[in-house]
Amino acid sequence: MRDDLIELLWEGLLETLYMVFWSSLFALAIGIVLGVTLVVTEKGGILEAPKLNRVIGTVINGVRSLPLIILIVLLLPLSRLIVGTSLGPTAAIVSLSIGAAPLLGRIIETSLKEVSAGKIEAAKSVGAAPFTIIFRVLIPEALPAIVRGITIGIIGITEFTAVAGAIGAGGLGSLAIRFGYQRFREDVLIATVIVIILLVQLIQWTGDSIAKSINKKRYKFE
Amino acid sequence: MVGIHHLHKTYKTAKGTIPVLQDINLQIEKGDIFGIIGFSGAGKSTLIRCLNRLEEPDSGKIVIGDREVTNLSEKELRLARQKIGMIFQQFNLLDAKTVFQNVAFPLEVAGRPKRYIQQRVAEILDLVQLADKANVYPFQLSGGQKQRVGIARALVNEPDLLLSDEATSALDPQTTYSILELLKEINRQLNLTIVLITHELDVLQHVCNNMAVLEKGRIVETGTVEKFFLRPQSDTAKRFVSIIDHYRDRRSVMEGVGAGI
Repeated sequence: MRDDLIELLWEGLLETLYMVFWSSLFALAIGIVLGVTLVVTEKGGILEAPKLNRVIGTVINGVRSLPLIILIVLLLPLSRLIVGTSLGPTAAIVSLSIGAAPLLGRIIETSLKEVSAGKIEAAKSVGAAPFTIIFRVLIPEALPAIVRGITIGIIGITEFTAVAGAIGAGGLGSLAIRFGYQRFREDVLIATVIVIILLVQLIQWTGDSIAKSINKKRYKFE
Repeated sequence: MVGIHHLHKTYKTAKGTIPVLQDINLQIEKGDIFGIIGFSGAGKSTLIRCLNRLEEPDSGKIVIGDREVTNLSEKELRLARQKIGMIFQQFNLLDAKTVFQNVAFPLEVAGRPKRYIQQRVAEILDLVQLADKANVYPFQLSGGQKQRVGIARALVNEPDLLLSDEATSALDPQTTYSILELLKEINRQLNLTIVLITHELDVLQHVCNNMAVLEKGRIVETGTVEKFFLRPQSDTAKRFVSIIDHYRDRRSVMEGVGAGI
């Protein structure tokens, strides 16, 4: 262990947090729109549009079938266009957001589908419009599942940032590769792994607590 | 109040089309409690759900009050639904909302002011005897209490018509009785027209004035509930009534034997 370790880790952690935060935010925004659209446009949905549904489904599957590292390379020109560079954490946010959005979209779709058709019918029967049903029934009813799903998504994004680190995104992943692997700094490698594990635990714990507190209010258990 | 004319509905499946409702014609008077009875799969649920177009009929005409429901645009339909209450077998309350919020929901949809909602929800919760449960979540309620919330939600916006889709089928006999009493009470107090579907004879006998018997998607008998029990004509009605007769005969035989000893 050398004295630059803490400094390196701290810097890497901040970069990772920066990428995770913004990528999660953007991916979530896109993912919610995708997930909700998938659910309401499917056959028998409240805004039935099977064609649109199929198009979105196909695009999501397309993006998800690409290995992340290839997707990042493919999206480099887009990063350059939006943030002016294809290197560093900010550039990675563009690729990460787009790479993770389909995952979050599917997670949110699955959560929303858990809401029973009966509840939606009840809302229809009182004359609620589709948007009222989305925001007042679908999303609130599915909220505990959505929170748990988002937790999985954010952890996924944390892993993604480590992969992006391999091709110049910065953060803990890049640290592990550049110092731990290429410069044989085992202390950096091990310390990085520990920090990433702690980070993922923290995210999981936060998500679980939020979901639990919602359930506790509604169902008085957990 | 409710007129159904030549209503048809088929379901399309991979194997072809299945007729669910065939040439349904019914007239239901204002203030009536009208029961539609039939065995499972007769099309009862589809029929009642056509009335507020949760199911879209293929052809035919439905008139409720002076509105032709089958002719309304999406937006007009939503407005019409605000005046047609519906209760369900599975209650379909929202878990994320308290009793108060569940009952307030239709009023919010209708764009009523907050102060009116406060007062009206309190009033209707009083009517269904759940004033003390206003801030409780549905999960903490019993089946009967949940259905009372369902009824409060259906009635809060002062509908002209109440649809009951097997509302007591998931409840025990005693709770069923109390819910039916409540429906009768509401019918009398508000002169509210109620259309209910059921496969339970007790329900028909207990609250309905008039009835229709649905058999394989067709109405095979209509008339007063008395006629159903005294002079059943259709197959379905005879089968239903024979079930009660069977139990009555067995009971009298058993009681007779008991007296003999």
